[in-house]
Amino acid sequence: MLDKIRNKVLSGKRLTEADALKLFQSNDLFPLASLASYVAEEKNGKKAYFVRNRHINPTNICVNRCRFCAFSRSIGQDGAYELTIAEIIKKLKQGRAKSKIPFSEVHIVGGLHPEWPFTYYLELVSTIKKNFPKLHIKAFTAVEIDYFSKISGLSLEETLTSLKRRGLGSMPGGGAEIFAPGIRNRLCPEKISGERWLAVMAAAHKVGLRTNATMLYGHIESYEDRVDHMMKLRRLQDRTGGFQAFIPLAYHPKNTDIQGSYTSGIDDLKTIAISRLYLDNFQHIKAYWVMLGEKISQLALKFGADDIDGTIIEEKITHSAGALTGEQLTAEQLSDLIIKAGRIPVERDSFYRKVRRAQ
Amino acid sequence: MKKTRQKKHTVKKRTRPCIPTSDRITKKEALAMLRSADLLDLGMTADNMRKQLHPEGIVSFVVDRNINYTNVCINKCTFCAFWRDEDARDAYILDKETLFQKIEETLDLGGTQILIQGGLHPSLDIDYYVDLLKSIKARFEINIHGFSPPEICYIADSSDLTIREALRILKGAGLDSVPGGGAEILSDRVREILSPRKIKSSRWLKVMETAHRLGMRTTATMMFGSVESAEDIITHLDAVRELQDRTGGFTAFIPWSFQSGNTELGAKGKGQRARNKKDQRSKFKVQNPVTAVEYLKVLALSRIYLDNIDNIQASWVTQGLKLAQVALRFGANDFGSTMIEENVVASTGVSFRTSKQEIINAIRSAGFIPAQRDTCYNILRTFEEGA
Repeated sequence: MLDKIRNKVLSGKRLTEADALKLFQSNDLFPLASLASYVAEEKNGKKAYFVRNRHINPTNICVNRCRFCAFSRSIGQDGAYELTIAEIIKKLKQGRAKSKIPFSEVHIVGGLHPEWPFTYYLELVSTIKKNFPKLHIKAFTAVEIDYFSKISGLSLEETLTSLKRRGLGSMPGGGAEIFAPGIRNRLCPEKISGERWLAVMAAAHKVGLRTNATMLYGHIESYEDRVDHMMKLRRLQDRTGGFQAFIPLAYHPKNTDIQGSYTSGIDDLKTIAISRLYLDNFQHIKAYWVMLGEKISQLALKFGADDIDGTIIEEKITHSAGALTGEQLTAEQLSDLIIKAGRIPVERDSFYRKVRRAQ
Repeated sequence: MKKTRQKKHTVKKRTRPCIPTSDRITKKEALAMLRSADLLDLGMTADNMRKQLHPEGIVSFVVDRNINYTNVCINKCTFCAFWRDEDARDAYILDKETLFQKIEETLDLGGTQILIQGGLHPSLDIDYYVDLLKSIKARFEINIHGFSPPEICYIADSSDLTIREALRILKGAGLDSVPGGGAEILSDRVREILSPRKIKSSRWLKVMETAHRLGMRTTATMMFGSVESAEDIITHLDAVRELQDRTGGFTAFIPWSFQSGNTELGAKGKGQRARNKKDQRSKFKVQNPVTAVEYLKVLALSRIYLDNIDNIQASWVTQGLKLAQVALRFGANDFGSTMIEENVVASTGVSFRTSKQEIINAIRSAGFIPAQRDTCYNILRTFEEGA
């Protein structure tokens, strides 16, 4: 069964949705891994990337109540928090003062705050840029961008352009979850539809912002839903080419409404491998270690991934839902994981360019 | 291959070789594989061997509790965070009331076995152990898997008995089987660094051989990822395989990786890494923590090399459930124990806790049929879908 798919891959033909589904249903773990590794090497050689980054979550107050989320709170609720711009700048300064080599990227995502105006976000971006001109700002999921456009009355493109003008460098890929409407309505009824998510990304790509794309799997979706999700991403990528990396996110069950269990390590690795094979127009597949665990992320480098994200430093969203990992890894630890997996570690910037540093 | 489950505590005269002896890999081949084989190639070979040995697709586990009767230990191994001096404030010997209560709870949870292990306590002699075993057996019907070879030797030595005499007395008092701990790495060069006061390799093997000859089944373990070389790992595997050829008494092999937290050796490794080199006085270098790739390589090689041992355990306690699931495709066919209680690994700060139900779910979602087994790997109950 795999032979047909292997031949297709080796001769550079695209896999169909039926092929991807077959791979999910198959138990042939090792041929799948070899094939995905082969493709990863074709695309990125022996390299595996990491980045010195820091996460900031400005608030956990959110108007949406996604059933898989353990992070969100209402105003005044126990555990609700809001960071001022000054507090965020302070966090960034502290972080940069602590390490000899400063992080090169800040990753900012947060809840949809019912009271903050769009100007808060504009000011946040421009203040960071003013304080740290060289720091790359990767911020705001498609869900947040859509929300900003609603509260500001601006179009998507206008919203994105005004953020970009103030220093937004690129966008993460969160909020995609699973596009299939039936599942999406049960998972996150208040959240924008899959179509809208894709429309925001198309707009971002159009104004020249590169983005990532994610998929949250392992909750109530079927393999068909996963394939459908990847199909929609591949289609948009054909049109825009604006996605940098695809990041499958393993569902975490703790403190969420839908509960259930953690995904199996084998499912995590298969999902990485299948995405590498199916998403032939994505340059990078990222094994995000916070959600997969550093052990499975390292193994993912043998299953088609070429990126394990970064130093992170502080992580709140996955940790609210029972993350099994710590909140940070050092660049040395990330390199060690990559080398032991037989790959060459490359510290990248936010556009996958090798970071060169004077000794 | 026809699968015959062992009846309790009998030792086969000679184990049937799982693959023809002529196809056995040699030490030299194994070393080359460990050093340079690709992880996926090793995994696929091990996975195929596991399928041949266990074609039913069952992954077993035992419901048990680790009971550590004392943490006082004269060995003070550098990789251990559990030991205390006799006069330490938190030194303890478990009283019987607590012990019985722990056993009762274990039985209530469907447990079939207790693993009793402790430190080498200078004030306890064989009478203590005999009384301990007898008092348990008088009250409970439960398998006692107890006393790793360093303890057996210490008990024998401090009562002027031979290993054989000590084992016979303990067996007579109710000891059913012997856990494979204390093997660490069966290379005296490494033991000299890790645990200079612990029994040497030959004595560890002697205890196991004697236990097997007395009709007791045992397991064998290996702790890797500290200061050993690839050669040392192969030496270890070969010693176990050679003994198993002669006795057939090992039920399972359990490799796990050194957990460095709160240990002398861990602190040393950290210091060496901080200085970015081994210190001048030190003759060895402590390795970086074992990563998933290295764990799976050693696990897969164990499955391949130990063709005469039926079962290979994945260590979820040290590796976490997700990697343990992946290990089931890299040669492992057993998930160890539910560990209602575990103290030794937990003292290094690593604590993957889990319930029987989580273990069943984990095995199932990895694509296998979960089954509860007894100490000798007889299947007691399978948990089909929906159970």
